Amino acid sequence: MSESKGYLDMELLRFTTAGSVDDGKSTLIGRLLYDSKAIFEDQIQNLQEVNEQRGEEGINLALLTDGLRSEREQGITIDVAYRYFATPKRKFIIADTPGHIQYTRNMVTGASTANLALLLIDARHGVIEQTKRHAFIASLLQIPHVAVCVNKMDLVDFSKDEFEKIKSDFKKFASKLEIKDVNFIPISALKGDNVVDRSKNMDWYEGSTLIHLLENIHIGSDLNHVDCRFPVQRVIRPQSKNYPDYRGYAGRIEGGVFKTGDEILTLPSGKKSTIKSIDTFNGEINEAFSPMSVCITLNDNIDISRGDMLVRTNNQPQISQDIEVMICWMNERKLIPKGKYTIRHTSQTTRCIIKEIKYKIDINSLHRMEQENELSMNDIGRISIKTTKPLFFDSYRRNRNTGSIILVNEATNETVGAGMII
Amino acid sequence: MNSYNLTHLKVLESEAIFIIREVAAQFEKPVMLFSGGKDSIIMFHLARKAFYPDKIPFPLMHIDTGHNFPETINFRNKLIEETGENLIIKLVQESIDNGTAIEETGLNPSRNGLQTVTLLEGIEGGNYDCALGGARRDEEKARAKERFFSHRDEFGQWDPKNQRPELWNLFNGKKNQGEHFRVFPISNWTEMDVWQYILDEKIEIPSLYFAHKRHVVNRDGVLLSKCEHISLKNNEEWQEKTVRCRTIGDMTCTGVSESRASTMEEIIEEVATTRVTERGGRADDKRSEAAMEDRKKEGYF
Repeated sequence: MSESKGYLDMELLRFTTAGSVDDGKSTLIGRLLYDSKAIFEDQIQNLQEVNEQRGEEGINLALLTDGLRSEREQGITIDVAYRYFATPKRKFIIADTPGHIQYTRNMVTGASTANLALLLIDARHGVIEQTKRHAFIASLLQIPHVAVCVNKMDLVDFSKDEFEKIKSDFKKFASKLEIKDVNFIPISALKGDNVVDRSKNMDWYEGSTLIHLLENIHIGSDLNHVDCRFPVQRVIRPQSKNYPDYRGYAGRIEGGVFKTGDEILTLPSGKKSTIKSIDTFNGEINEAFSPMSVCITLNDNIDISRGDMLVRTNNQPQISQDIEVMICWMNERKLIPKGKYTIRHTSQTTRCIIKEIKYKIDINSLHRMEQENELSMNDIGRISIKTTKPLFFDSYRRNRNTGSIILVNEATNETVGAGMII
Repeated sequence: MNSYNLTHLKVLESEAIFIIREVAAQFEKPVMLFSGGKDSIIMFHLARKAFYPDKIPFPLMHIDTGHNFPETINFRNKLIEETGENLIIKLVQESIDNGTAIEETGLNPSRNGLQTVTLLEGIEGGNYDCALGGARRDEEKARAKERFFSHRDEFGQWDPKNQRPELWNLFNGKKNQGEHFRVFPISNWTEMDVWQYILDEKIEIPSLYFAHKRHVVNRDGVLLSKCEHISLKNNEEWQEKTVRCRTIGDMTCTGVSESRASTMEEIIEEVATTRVTERGGRADDKRSEAAMEDRKKEGYF
């Protein structure tokens, strides 16, 4: 019973992994899963059979993460794969994204919900263009923590000098970015050094192992608990015998802390009221904070529907139809200047027109290319848009939930762009 | 300042409720698939939470193969009676009678594959534009690549290489006429999370999940339960063993495992120490290396 109680106290950490094809990323994930006993006997047996068919010896941990047939055949990861493991302290969700240049969109996808980015560097090659690209995306997506794993230390004789050089190269480049919390760890994913068990080959390293870092890094401040934001997802009106006049607003707290009795302002109407109750299936609660899903009732009858937002009177989001966005383009059809798209933001759906492409970013040099007037698949650039009705938003830097948008192509219905409001 | 931290189960619960509410908001006519197994019982529980104090604003649909454990059906009927929610039952037998599905032959003919036919007929016949399912990404490697909002073409097919990117909490359920979505709110849950949640929330589950005596036959390492749909080979015989189900599907393809776990705590203890995956006992997954990927492409759950 004590064990199951302990499990109920665990926190959740989401991290994304980035690295190029040969950095040993899949091996590292395989190692984390294997050493934390998240891999089962039938999976290992299955891997052995596959390896035998392919004429390989031993177990290829990389095959654990490549789920689709074509991935196994080509030995590459095509899509974001989600993996799970747990230690007694935390449950982990890994968004494993492919590292090839054409798959920026997958990295952005994996990064969008991550608390931490795990960047892999091959100790023999040091900081290469791809490392810079990954670091840039981690910074752009405002991932709160970055763990730089210098892998294959066994192939550079576990050299402290090599590690320190890579560390200083990375820091030099990262100084141009907004990365708040960086940790460097020398590892060998293949041999297991400093992954779960401390390395016997690198006495000079006094920092924590990767798993220790993942278990202990402080994630309590990753969400915004200051600016109260409650986008209404749905109006709950049972009109039943027990609840004839009940009118509640269902949604998830996307920022701040809401308490019973708080004065709130509803957007876009601007009408004020106070919180009568915060209801859940398990009973009424006194306060709710991000990322809780609740149902809020008010003391006044106000016309509120999906897409509206409850906020505090003295702390309002920006309200505008003209919005500046850093966009990552995710579709084979290029962004159309002056084109019209459906835009989704919190629980709002509306339309927008692309007014201007301000610049495109060369993600290797971080240079702004202001002459560029098109954005293709995997390009990142700054655009300005105008929406058909006002959005209630914060800058992405301040709140990832109220500062992010997606664009949808109205003819194909595909999600074509992922944007961060500036 | 207080520390505003939620446990991982609360985070997963909130995520699932958020997604179920998005489905109700974004689709005209959703339906929730229900099998009577623990994952769909959790989904049902989460859906009730999502709309409380209102009822669930869409029906449940059970694709009934006719090969269920009787305990599952009894549990299903009791749950619906107690909660007063709306359940639609679609029979695989009807698809067979209509000639749209053809029964397998052999020693343990499985209706697992046939479910896809009845499921797609059920979705099309009811004009449902979204089917909520309880699949989890940790179950199987092809499922690890699945989105929360998974687009299906007008044939109900999944195209794994051409999935829509899914970012932040912004879900795109736009589609053309005739197409539909499968939505998986508990994608991020593991088997352990599910059991812990059942314990934490005191959710009732069918008795099959707890250790009980049963006649079984060991076929290719899978313990199959005695029932009218399974015939014995010459050298086989029924043996009584103390077993329980880790996963519930058809009697013809659900392997039971020997176990003495008779309380939730004991089950959790067992799950924590077991070294075989949940679907390791599913004969339907053992048919080939990419069995699940292939079935999913055709429109399986």
